[in-house]
Amino acid sequence: MKHVISALVQNQPGVLSHISGMFSARGFNIDSLVVGRTEDPSLSRMTIAVLGDDRVLEQAVKQLAKLVCVVDVTDYKDVPCVNRDLMMVRVAAPESTRGRVLELVNLFRGRAVDISHDSIIVELAGPESKIEAFIEMTRPYGIIELARTGILSMPRGLHRPKTHESSAAAKSKAKRARRSPAKRRIKKTARRR
Amino acid sequence: MGLVGLNGAQMLHQLLLDQGVEVMFGFPGGTVLPIFDALYETPIHFVLSRHEQGAIHMADGYARSTGRVGVVLATSGPGATNLVTGLATANMDSVPLVAITGQVRSSLMGNDAFQEADTRGITRPVTKHNSLVADVADLGRVIREAFYIARTGRPGPVLVDITVDAAAAVVGAPPDLEMDLPGYDPAIRINPAEISAAADAINAARRPVLMAGGGVIQARASKALGRLIVKADIPVTTTLMGLGSIDEQDRLALGMLGMHGTATANYAVQECDCLISIGARFDDRVTGRLETFAPHAKIVHVDIDPTSIGKNVSVDVGVLGDAKDVVNRLLPKIRKTTRRAWPKKIRDWRARHPLTYKRSGSIKPQEVIARLGELTDHDAIVATGVGQHQMWAAQYYRWRRPRQIVTSGGLGTMGFGVPAAIGAAIGNPRRTVIDIDGDGSFAMTMVEVLTAVRYDVPVKFIVLNNGYLGMVRQWQELFFDRRYSSVTTASPSFAGVAEAFGARGITVDSRRHLDGALRDALAHKGPVVVDVHVEAEENVYPMVAAGKGLHEMQLGKLA
Ligand SMILES: Cc1ncc(C[n+]2csc(CCOP(=O)(O)OP(=O)(O)O)c2C)c(N)n1
Ligand SMILES: [Mg+2]
Repeated sequence: MKHVISALVQNQPGVLSHISGMFSARGFNIDSLVVGRTEDPSLSRMTIAVLGDDRVLEQAVKQLAKLVCVVDVTDYKDVPCVNRDLMMVRVAAPESTRGRVLELVNLFRGRAVDISHDSIIVELAGPESKIEAFIEMTRPYGIIELARTGILSMPRGLHRPKTHESSAAAKSKAKRARRSPAKRRIKKTARRR
Repeated sequence: MGLVGLNGAQMLHQLLLDQGVEVMFGFPGGTVLPIFDALYETPIHFVLSRHEQGAIHMADGYARSTGRVGVVLATSGPGATNLVTGLATANMDSVPLVAITGQVRSSLMGNDAFQEADTRGITRPVTKHNSLVADVADLGRVIREAFYIARTGRPGPVLVDITVDAAAAVVGAPPDLEMDLPGYDPAIRINPAEISAAADAINAARRPVLMAGGGVIQARASKALGRLIVKADIPVTTTLMGLGSIDEQDRLALGMLGMHGTATANYAVQECDCLISIGARFDDRVTGRLETFAPHAKIVHVDIDPTSIGKNVSVDVGVLGDAKDVVNRLLPKIRKTTRRAWPKKIRDWRARHPLTYKRSGSIKPQEVIARLGELTDHDAIVATGVGQHQMWAAQYYRWRRPRQIVTSGGLGTMGFGVPAAIGAAIGNPRRTVIDIDGDGSFAMTMVEVLTAVRYDVPVKFIVLNNGYLGMVRQWQELFFDRRYSSVTTASPSFAGVAEAFGARGITVDSRRHLDGALRDALAHKGPVVVDVHVEAEENVYPMVAAGKGLHEMQLGKLA
């Protein structure tokens, strides 16, 4: 079973290896891991899809929260979320099949972002199932190169997960609020069971 | 505090003094030259070891026996990699250490410079946290964070890697010393619902057992624990790390549980209806086969580390918090109880299956330890190596108070005993400190006896010399058909080595001379090595074989 965990981490050198190292040492199976900047330059957001049962998820969340460089962890189990995966795929598209490939691109609401004599690069975003379906459909035409970001996830507005803030989070929140006006939610869910 | 104008190394010493550091252990090298230069004029007592592993185990023994943060200093590359075993040892047993390593010039990092190692990368999985200081402006903050992280929450080793240029750079502007740890807060607000649930479980129990782990010692919770168990009349077993959280002479003390635990403790755990674990993490050496562990028990698990709760066993009530705080919160909610049937059952087990061994004409390792216990009023600080002697020490010394045993539990690091005992003795100059060691373990780090001689640290190194890597031999005897494969030690005369090192050396090869030799060693003012030739093929019992349940323990061939 796939679970999506979202972690807010300090934007410092070595953090990624810290987190990926912990995952591999403890035998957690990562399906995808996306890192990127957030609205706060001192923090990055990692969205991690892990495979495993509930017990694995619970340990993964707790172990993540335990890392000093991790500010906040949320697991999106049972939370309705918007999930997105972005793919770029180079599909063989000589004149003979180009029309059919482009038709698929349109059907899937993708975009052709580059074109050459015999191939096109398609950009497609959406839930994983849609991405997989597109791959299936274009496979017969010849996939030359494929890259995906992995899942990004955000809970839907009405279903923001209820989290318990640790006193750490509260304190650091106060501290950060002093430092920068940007408002943010900081919590370390795993501190409470 | 005027830090401006100092160089990084001088500032480091100032920061260490501010943290209350009195002693530091380590070994020099190129990238830490500025730091050693600054050492030249600080009041911190520097202990120069013979090997960085020795230095870090010394810092570890110092920390375990005093409760303070141990500090170790090593150079980049090989100095740092030599610390790895010590970091892992401390990490597994939650020992607060700060390890400071030199790193090559920041402009050379990543280029395979001379004596460069990716110290942060290598030590990440064996530390609680690590950081790199490549700019002297960060040094103050990072050092303060390191000590704070090492000693708070579930303690552990923290490594700070400092580039040589940062150590040499002069502090220009007043540095920012404020810690920046948005992801770390050890202060736990205990959940009252968890306390109530735990109290209910304890009050409802008819055959409770409390299991005290290293967390009880770390949290200085043993007094509070004593009140709790007397009030609710709960017998207590301890893990290896928890030894000393209760005086073993107490009627409620069951001794250690687990693979080489007492029969009484293991039977009690298997028959209890409520197991209250405090500061222990259900290591496989403690539980035996998980599926049959404490089969009738409701499990209450108190721990400061959320990852420990529910990791190995599923618990009925988890309580997140510091052991002492939790026990104090539980106390008023616990009903005063006097039990009859359960203590009687325990007394019966104890009478039927006492810890014992078969005497013979040769020296039995168990009797050496029991005798050491008597001669030191069970009050010495005892470090150990790893192997049979370690288990016998755990079983037979009879522990009375916290921080008495200094042993590598989680990692099981042979060679820990010699340096750890030295560190403990430096931290406790008024106490008797003994290293109960094995011939194999002792040989791994005996070079540090030189360090004991150099600083006149009066450790009594007692080597239980059975001529074997005994614990491995025991497994080969029991599970590999006595095919003894590479387990003899072929040791030199340890007394001779000791004398050559400038320590006192005593060899004991007959029972008649044992008592005199031990008394001699204990009375001797300086470091002394006693090489005791013990029965070669003695086995540790009770024993729960790997994959068996605690109730399936073998009691051995007893007298
Ligand atoms: C560094 C290290 N290497 C290997 C082991 C595996 N090991 C565990 S006990 C043991 C034998 C220990 O021999 P000795 O120190 O003589 O103690 P004895 O069991 O004979 O009392 C070995 C090799 C270990 N624990 N640590
Ligand atoms: Mg031996």
